Amino acid sequence: MNREGRGATAPQSASETRPATFTGNRALDLEEGLLFEIGRQEVTGVDLDEPATFAPRLGGQERTAPLGLPGLTEPEAMRHYVRLSRMNYGIDSGLFPLGSCTMKHNPRLNERMARLAGFADIHPLQPVSTVQGALELMGELSRYLLTLTGMDAVALTPKAGAHGELCGMMAIKAAHEANGRKPTIVVVPESAHGTNPATAALLGYQVKSIPARADGTVDVEEVKKALSQDVAAIMLTNPNTCGLFEPDVVAIAEAVHAVGAYFYADGANFNAILGKVRVGDLGVDAMHINLHKTFSTPHGGGGPGAGPVVLSKALAPFAPAPALVTDGDTLRLVEQQGAVGAEQALGRMSAFHGQMGMFVRALAWMLSHGADGMRQAAEDAVLSANYIRASLQDVMSAPFATRPAMHEALFDDAWLEGTGLSTLDVAKALIDEGYHPMTVYFPLVVHGAMLIEPTESESKASLDLFIATLRDLALAAKAGEKERFLGAPHYAPRRRLDETRAARAPVLRWVKPQAIAEAAE
Amino acid sequence: MRYLPLTPEDRTEMLARIGAPSVDALFADIPADKLLADLPDLPRRKGEMEVERALSRLAARNVAAGSVPFFVGAGAYRHHVPASVDHLIQRSEFLTSYTPYQPEIAQGTLQYLFEFQTQVAELTGMEVANASMYDGSTAAAEAVLMAHRVTKRGKAVLAGNLHPHYAQTIATVSHYAEVPLLRLAPQPTGPDDVSAAIDETVSCVVVQCPDVFGNLVDLKPIAEKAHAAGALLIAVFTEAVSLGLVEPPGAQGADIVVGEGQSIGNPLTFGGPYVGLFATRAKFVRQMPGRLAGETVDAEGRRGFVLTLSTREQHIRREKATSNICTNSGLCALAFTIHLSLLGEAGLTRLARINHAAACDLADRLAALDGVSVLNESFFNEFTIRVAGHAAEVIEKLAAKGILGGVPYSRLAPDAGLDDLILIAATETSTDEDRAAYAAALKEVLA
Amino acid sequence: MSDVRYTKDHEYVRIDGDIAVIGISDYAQSQLGDVVFVELPEVGKTVKQGAEAAVVESVKAASEVYAPVSGEVVEINPDLEAAPGAVNEDAEGKGWFVKLKLANPAELDGLMDAAAYAAFVETLS
Repeated sequence: MNREGRGATAPQSASETRPATFTGNRALDLEEGLLFEIGRQEVTGVDLDEPATFAPRLGGQERTAPLGLPGLTEPEAMRHYVRLSRMNYGIDSGLFPLGSCTMKHNPRLNERMARLAGFADIHPLQPVSTVQGALELMGELSRYLLTLTGMDAVALTPKAGAHGELCGMMAIKAAHEANGRKPTIVVVPESAHGTNPATAALLGYQVKSIPARADGTVDVEEVKKALSQDVAAIMLTNPNTCGLFEPDVVAIAEAVHAVGAYFYADGANFNAILGKVRVGDLGVDAMHINLHKTFSTPHGGGGPGAGPVVLSKALAPFAPAPALVTDGDTLRLVEQQGAVGAEQALGRMSAFHGQMGMFVRALAWMLSHGADGMRQAAEDAVLSANYIRASLQDVMSAPFATRPAMHEALFDDAWLEGTGLSTLDVAKALIDEGYHPMTVYFPLVVHGAMLIEPTESESKASLDLFIATLRDLALAAKAGEKERFLGAPHYAPRRRLDETRAARAPVLRWVKPQAIAEAAE
Repeated sequence: MRYLPLTPEDRTEMLARIGAPSVDALFADIPADKLLADLPDLPRRKGEMEVERALSRLAARNVAAGSVPFFVGAGAYRHHVPASVDHLIQRSEFLTSYTPYQPEIAQGTLQYLFEFQTQVAELTGMEVANASMYDGSTAAAEAVLMAHRVTKRGKAVLAGNLHPHYAQTIATVSHYAEVPLLRLAPQPTGPDDVSAAIDETVSCVVVQCPDVFGNLVDLKPIAEKAHAAGALLIAVFTEAVSLGLVEPPGAQGADIVVGEGQSIGNPLTFGGPYVGLFATRAKFVRQMPGRLAGETVDAEGRRGFVLTLSTREQHIRREKATSNICTNSGLCALAFTIHLSLLGEAGLTRLARINHAAACDLADRLAALDGVSVLNESFFNEFTIRVAGHAAEVIEKLAAKGILGGVPYSRLAPDAGLDDLILIAATETSTDEDRAAYAAALKEVLA
Repeated sequence: MSDVRYTKDHEYVRIDGDIAVIGISDYAQSQLGDVVFVELPEVGKTVKQGAEAAVVESVKAASEVYAPVSGEVVEINPDLEAAPGAVNEDAEGKGWFVKLKLANPAELDGLMDAAAYAAFVETLS
């Protein structure tokens, strides 16, 4: 079995003999209490002088009771958060093959650029004459996004993918309203991201689900069967959630347009086709772009993201406010619905003008890569995914492998049959090997899915070690080495957590122990 | 290319393993006539130095708030953020981690979210809070949808003194979700009489405090009226620092409290990314949108944290989800929680007093000028003046004198017929000299 | 045990005079895993056969529970809010969901008896 690059000692047997420590710490593995256990209400880590005496004008609304917020001095705060950070796995820690999340390298140049005072320290409502550089940056980002997608307009304000999806679907609803139509159905393939049906339902549409073909792609004939004058749109992810490019996408778009419906594309998997094909050429009417996936803005433990939406000529008039307009040498923002150039706009998706901090980072990534680097990134991402699939196909089962994969390699759990182990066990065993698990149990269309997205950021050596690790796990699973899986993770800051307990009696905040005791009486 | 580790030799070897003749063969499912040979309209790759030069040139064309006397607020506030906050949020393990779906290796994120939820609950005087929303305005829209779910009614009443961007965000969602909305007219001098609009058909009433003009609002009578009619009170704030000094909405009977958390821990950044705060009563928790971190134990009985009650969310419920949201604002929530931990109750209270004192001082200076009247009877760190003339022009003239003097209300609501109002914020970042300079410049502009 | 019938969606109905006690089958609870929450209808609500009557949630899934028969809700299981685990421990006993006042006894004829349901479950695995 391959133990390349691993320690020579066998840790399993060692763990039983390790003595307990007084603190519960294990050298560099440090336990950390809650802020509320280590902080004190009278302590502050920020030195501020009391203001001179003045007459308050709070109109009788002054707070009368303490809030109960603890404070930390700076050294205590540094230690608290540094210790917490060490219980996390990030892209910088190791390979992060989380399918459909595009966990690529986050360049630090982008962080530096976003912190320039000219970007970080400007207010969204200061006079536009004082933020011309910011508007120019938004214009340049828009130009890149439109060039890469072959679309006609872009709405920058959506704050993440799901928000962008809502924006795109609202634009579709607005277009139907403007045309005096009121279709009620949105067609969504079974393999879609959960956000798709959630968004359609939020807008009052009925969701009509269509099955996938045996090869994992959508059948244009199934789409045609689902289409009627009552269909508002189809929502399609391409490349799809099985990691395949939909070969019939052009025919699907034509069929959708023939009944007066629109084609919404989920852009979550844009990384695979960046610079290789323009979605506008495929007949797409609206697509959100996750800047935090394709364009490397950090995921930050679950946000913030940014989800600009590109729109076709048919939908461009329905973009939300604000819009960026050029007046000779100056740029200005049209901030109101109904103002010049935005008569049919669908309204406002949020306050202000979008996730500027993310725009700076994304543009820095685009400038760094250039046209050649972006195409290379897409090609390397696809190459790496296919390499993983080809290297593991003999020990793990890969459905739909008759087609080339795009940027993700999909496996199911057929290879685990008879082992008594599940996809989850494999994921948890990967944690012990020093990896973040792949996406598991998604897409729902295959049983026990394992979706691996290596991105373009991995060296061949890194891919080879990951492949060797999974191969070793696969052989171990088949050889009946159950303990390596069922008890996993053994070496993470925590063993498996009791999610049933968390959900049955939710504890969602810290409460003073004495308050708990009093409540129990 | 500095970010792409594969070499040409690697690529050749990998293709051989795959059994593909070329990389193009991997893209064979894309219709051949749609495949691009190149992107001729975009430039080639650039080194770090060139990118830095290009973006610095754009940044230099903006007037940074810190470089001038600065009094712009209206939903985003300039506060001093301790250096340690920005250092800590750039720790790799926070910055480059994902949503904590694998809790065993994401305890750092989960624990700070649990701490964040507790802080937000305490700050707002509520029982539970979620792990953050996109921003204050989208949190407000989600709160309205939640009120519809709780009350099984469909009509929301928006106070006239709600920030117009928030009202527009709610209006957009309400329009497309096909639920009715009643927006009252703004009352710059307050009080904004929302109580009269509450009846048995109303799901919720949305009231901001401090309101967009800076007025402090007594929420208690509104809460009583709403509850008597079976409606919920949604309290909104855009300046979280105000809670250091002002009675929390939870203590005044609010059922849902939403707000913008930017002003604690997060820079202005031209409007985003920010962090939406969302708190409610425990009995409504299953109707609440957004992610939740909860406490539990691991297989060895040690305390740990997980995302919980996730059956409310889109990836499980799909079209029956409480919301379509999947991303929150994790890193901005981290900045918020670190800054608030550093402040503590003592620091927050003092910071709030300094803000209030600065605004009181500025209001006095401006009220003394001819052609200026301060409209507010009460305020925290932001107030509204009426000027003789067109507010937008006054602001432009002040900018030409190197002073960013506030927001003309007409920029937020051009059709309100309130073209002579300026919203002015003064935080701890303004100095005596800045406030004196503002008064002197405004005097000249109005002369 | 009194007369118990089952649906293909794994709800059961136990008849006790004109009262129908409804819940999910023992097989259903074993498939769901740990039940963490049960959303129940309000007393007084009328449900139609086949319509959504409750939602049962495990950690990772939420499933609708459809009324096996029509009727008015006369009682809901008060213990499930604090102890949803009862559904796992005793699905067809103390883990019941709602009691309906039976509107149309003839609806029972279309449901499976215990033996037929056991045979049906056999075909699923």
